[in-house]
Parts: sequence; structure tokens; C-alpha cells
Amino acid sequence: MNFLDHMPIWPILIPMIGGLLMLLPPFAGIERYQSRRYFAAILVVLQLVCGMFLLNSVISSENLLYAVGNWQPPFGIILYVDPLAALLVCLTSFLGIGVVLYSFSGEDRAGRYYHPLIQFQILGINGAFLTNDLFNLFVFFEVLLIASYSLLIHAGAKQKTEAAVHYVILNLIGSSIFLFALGTMYGAVGSLNIADIAMKLPSLSDSDTLLANIAGALLLVVFGLKSAMLPLHFWLPKTYSAASAPIAALFAIMTKVGIYCIFRVYTIIYGEFAGSLSDFVIPIIWPLALASIVAGTVGVIVSPTLRGMTGNLVVVSVGTLLLGFALRTPEASGAAFYYLIHSTLASAALFLLAEMIGQQRGKALDRFVISRKLKNQTFLGFCFFVAAMMAAGLPPFSGFLGKLVILQSAVTTQEKIWVYSALLISSLVTIIAFSRAGTTLFWRHAGNKDVSDSPDLTSWQKVGVLILLAAGPLLALGGEHMLALTGVAANELHNVNALIELMGLRGEQ
Amino acid sequence: MELLYVICVGVLTFSGIFLCLRGRTFPVVVGLTMLGYAVNMFLFSSGRLNLEGAAILGMAEQYADPLPQALVLTAIVIGFAMIAFVVILSMRARADLGSDFVDGREPVDARKLVERNSRGQAE
Repeated sequence: MNFLDHMPIWPILIPMIGGLLMLLPPFAGIERYQSRRYFAAILVVLQLVCGMFLLNSVISSENLLYAVGNWQPPFGIILYVDPLAALLVCLTSFLGIGVVLYSFSGEDRAGRYYHPLIQFQILGINGAFLTNDLFNLFVFFEVLLIASYSLLIHAGAKQKTEAAVHYVILNLIGSSIFLFALGTMYGAVGSLNIADIAMKLPSLSDSDTLLANIAGALLLVVFGLKSAMLPLHFWLPKTYSAASAPIAALFAIMTKVGIYCIFRVYTIIYGEFAGSLSDFVIPIIWPLALASIVAGTVGVIVSPTLRGMTGNLVVVSVGTLLLGFALRTPEASGAAFYYLIHSTLASAALFLLAEMIGQQRGKALDRFVISRKLKNQTFLGFCFFVAAMMAAGLPPFSGFLGKLVILQSAVTTQEKIWVYSALLISSLVTIIAFSRAGTTLFWRHAGNKDVSDSPDLTSWQKVGVLILLAAGPLLALGGEHMLALTGVAANELHNVNALIELMGLRGEQ
Repeated sequence: MELLYVICVGVLTFSGIFLCLRGRTFPVVVGLTMLGYAVNMFLFSSGRLNLEGAAILGMAEQYADPLPQALVLTAIVIGFAMIAFVVILSMRARADLGSDFVDGREPVDARKLVERNSRGQAE
């Protein structure tokens, strides 16, 4: 095998090796933060290059399989790169670039393990996107979780510890449920390879089908907890507003890992070929998706801080993505993937902006109260305006296009009634909440106090947030290509038979 | 054997869930540990229980499924690390928040409130 054959594992290996190297002498130690910075920047750029390469090769030729240790399917762990996985690996690395550059402004000096932890977090996320084995998925979940636990309490504070206790306990219980689900699944089907389970599921006996049904329901609880789907969303706004800004921005993709797993598992395993279990989650997902949008929207309008508001926006975007999932057509999935990319970047940018605004408002932080004037009023105002337009779904930015394609993918009248009303009302409320927030933050000042003693924005902060914000106009400008790409990704995801053929599993029967 | 095994897993899960619902961090940590034991035993049984079966070919008359054993090993290691983390975190929370409640403060006891109010009125 040559170098290129090993391409699928590089998005996992680069952050792993890089993260480990950063614990060793040339980079270790508090005073060597500068060398860690260079190295971390190189690593995220390398990952983006790697992701782009993977995306290019799966678009131009067929999807890639990588048998770890050359153990052939269905026995070994298989990494499977389809356009969806490659696209999300690119998204993670892009987000990683923004986050790493932003944190050069000082966050990374609060602890010497900041950059290694960020790399391990990316390792877990990339692994979860690439793997085709349910137990391996569990392992990568744990990798990304333990990195996120440490990142959440990074630099420590009372508020962070309190949020971390809840977050850690909740996710440990989630991990137990995940393992129960995997045990049930293995007991029923006798395999943990996603494609293999998909192939064997229709031919199970009645009692085993019941077990597989239970396993699927348990998995939905786990993925629902990860993705902050109602009623498992209570941890999210608190956790995300407790974390420091670059970390919250990186966490913006963690809920999307849950959504991705829902798409992957319930399209391939419990999809249209699953016999009696076909699409058994859809009647559950519909009300939960709508309820997530409602609860998130209410949260957006009542949140007293910009961070809390952004946290609730994440819940709204999760609900919107679940609606895209519940429509069950490749077109809807493609639309949802476009919205997924957009909403990850928009909410990450808003988390960064919330901290930048908070820094210049003294004790008021990012709360919506009358306070002193911002020092970098023009720059922050401009960024906030773009981010708000993106998040609320107004033209000409990507949010508008994302919501539009999801609306268009609703076909029957009943679907249209629910999707249109949920998305349009939540957009309206979001616009109101954002205009209220922007007015308070930027236009209502207490007197004409001198603001020259407010801390300046560092150039790294500006660079980080501008990189993430640039995605809004770019995703809208290149919308046609991007939608074509997500459309291909959705078609590949829904093409379950091709996956089973590619694994070479049919021949054994 | 199956019955004994099932009862063990069931009792451990029950105790784990019960303890996880307690208000202080120590019972919650113990509960998470028990839930971890229960899940490990459950995973082990997913390859079906059989006696005197080796996981290596050629070592015995009948064979046990080796995959659940590998899964349990992985799960034990990960579970151990996570429990270690949550123990340290709860000690940190005790120091930072000044109480060992999961919520960081003692929940308001409705009965005590009523008592205090009635005492206040009596005075």
C-alpha cells in the first residue's frame, strides 16, 4: 500500500500524533507556549488539507474504505469515507482553524494543556465522523467527551465547575446507555459493523427484531443527549455559556456529531431496507424536532445574555436539522447538511463575538443591560450584524439559503404545515431577539464615559472571528456548488446497498 | 446460572440508577461505578453465556465468543478513566462550590421553609 491508500486515517492520526507531541519537550512547559501555537496552527491547516483531499477523492471517484490493521469487514474496524464524512471532517478542521487562531489572543496561556486538548477533541470528532463501527463510535465519543470535560473546566471558575459536574455526570450516564445499546445490538445481530447490521437486520427472527428495536431506541436516547434534542437539552445552554469562548465555539460541532450519528444510524441501519423496523423513529422524531424548535426559540427570546441566547440558538438549529432528518428524502437530507455546516459556523462565530463584546463592557459582560460604550463599536457591530443575519436566516447570507432549501424539501401538505410554521415563526422570533440584543449592546449607553481604558481587541481575535464569519457570505455565494455537494453526500448516505456492496459483505451469504 | 446473572445485572443497574438520582456527589459517583459494573456484565453476556468455553480456537471443546470479551476490556478501561475523572471533579466541586451537592448548593427543603415561616409568625 502506498501513502495515499492510508489517507482515510490521517484526519485521526494528525491530531493524535500532534497532540501527543505537544506534551513532549520541544513544546512542553508553560514558557514554550509560542512553539505550541505554531505547531497547533500547522496541525489544523494540515487537517484541512487532508480533509479537502479526502473530499476531492470521494467526489471524483468512489467512496473509500480503510480496514484498520487490515482486518477485513465485517470483523475488523472499518473507516468509511463518503462525501458526508469528508465534508464534516473539512468543517471540523475549518472550525478548528478559527478556534485555534482566536485562542492565540490569550486563552491558550491559561493552561499548558490547552492546545493538546483541542487536538484530542478534534481527534474524537473526526473519528466519530469517519468510523463505520458502532463500538468504535463509542470509543471516539469517549475520546471527544473526556477532552471536552477538561476543556470545559479549563482555566477554572466556580461557574465552570458547576456546569462541568452536571455535564460529566449526564454524559457518563449517556455512555452507560450507549454500552447497553451496543450489548443489546450485538446480542441480537451478532455484529457491530454498521453496514453488516443493515444487511442482517431484515432477516432476524421476531425476538431478535424486538431486541434490535430496543437497541435502536436506546441509541436514540444517547444521540439525543449528545445532540441536545428535547427533552435532553437542558444541559446545553448552561454548559455552553459556562465554557470560555473558543471552547464553546469548538463545542458547536459536538451537537452536530449527535445529529450526524442519527442520520447515519437511522438511515443505514433502520432505514428503508430494515423490514418491520424501517423508520421506526420517525414518529418520535417529528414531535421532538418541533418541540426542540419551540423550546429553543422561547430560550432565545428570554435569555438575559448573548451567550445564553447563542446556546439556545444551537437547540433551535438541532430541531431544524431533525426536521430535515424526519422528512426522509435525500433532498431533505442534503438541505439539512447545508444547514448543518452553516449553523455550526454561525453559532461558533456568535460565541466568539459574545466574549469579545463582553470584554469591552466591563462588569456588564454580555448581559443585555445598559452599559458603557464599546471601544471597537464599528468592527463588533459589523460582525454582530453579519452573524445575526446568518443565524436568523435573512438574505443574502447562508442561513436564508439553508432554511429555504429545508422549506422546499417538504413535500406533502401536512409536512409543509409543520415545517413552514415552525421554521418561519422561529426565524421571526430570532430576528426580534437579535434586534433587541443588538440595540441594547450597541446603541444604549450609560452616559458618555471615556472608553479608552477598555481592553483592545487583539488581532488574533479579529482573525479568528472573521474566518468563521466569512463562511456566511461564501456559503451563500458558492451556494449552488455547496448544495450540489451536500446533495451528493445525501444520495450516497441513502444508498445503503452501495455501502454493503463496497464492504464486500454480500458474497458470504 | 442465567437467572443469577440476570439478577446481578438487574440489581446493579437498579442500585446504580437509584444512587445517580441522589443529591450529593459521593452517592452519584458510587452509582456511576455500579452502573459501569452492570453495563460491563451486560456486555459480557451479549455473546451468550456458556461454561468451559475458551475464546481461543483449539483450546477447548466449545468456544466462547471472543468479541464481547474484547469489548468489555475496552469498556472497563474507559469506564475506569471516566470514574477517576469524575472523582477528581467532584472533589474540585466540593472545594470550589463549598458544598458536595451536585447542584452546588443545598436544595431548598419545603418542610423547613414552612417550619421557619410558622415559627416567624408565632414570634
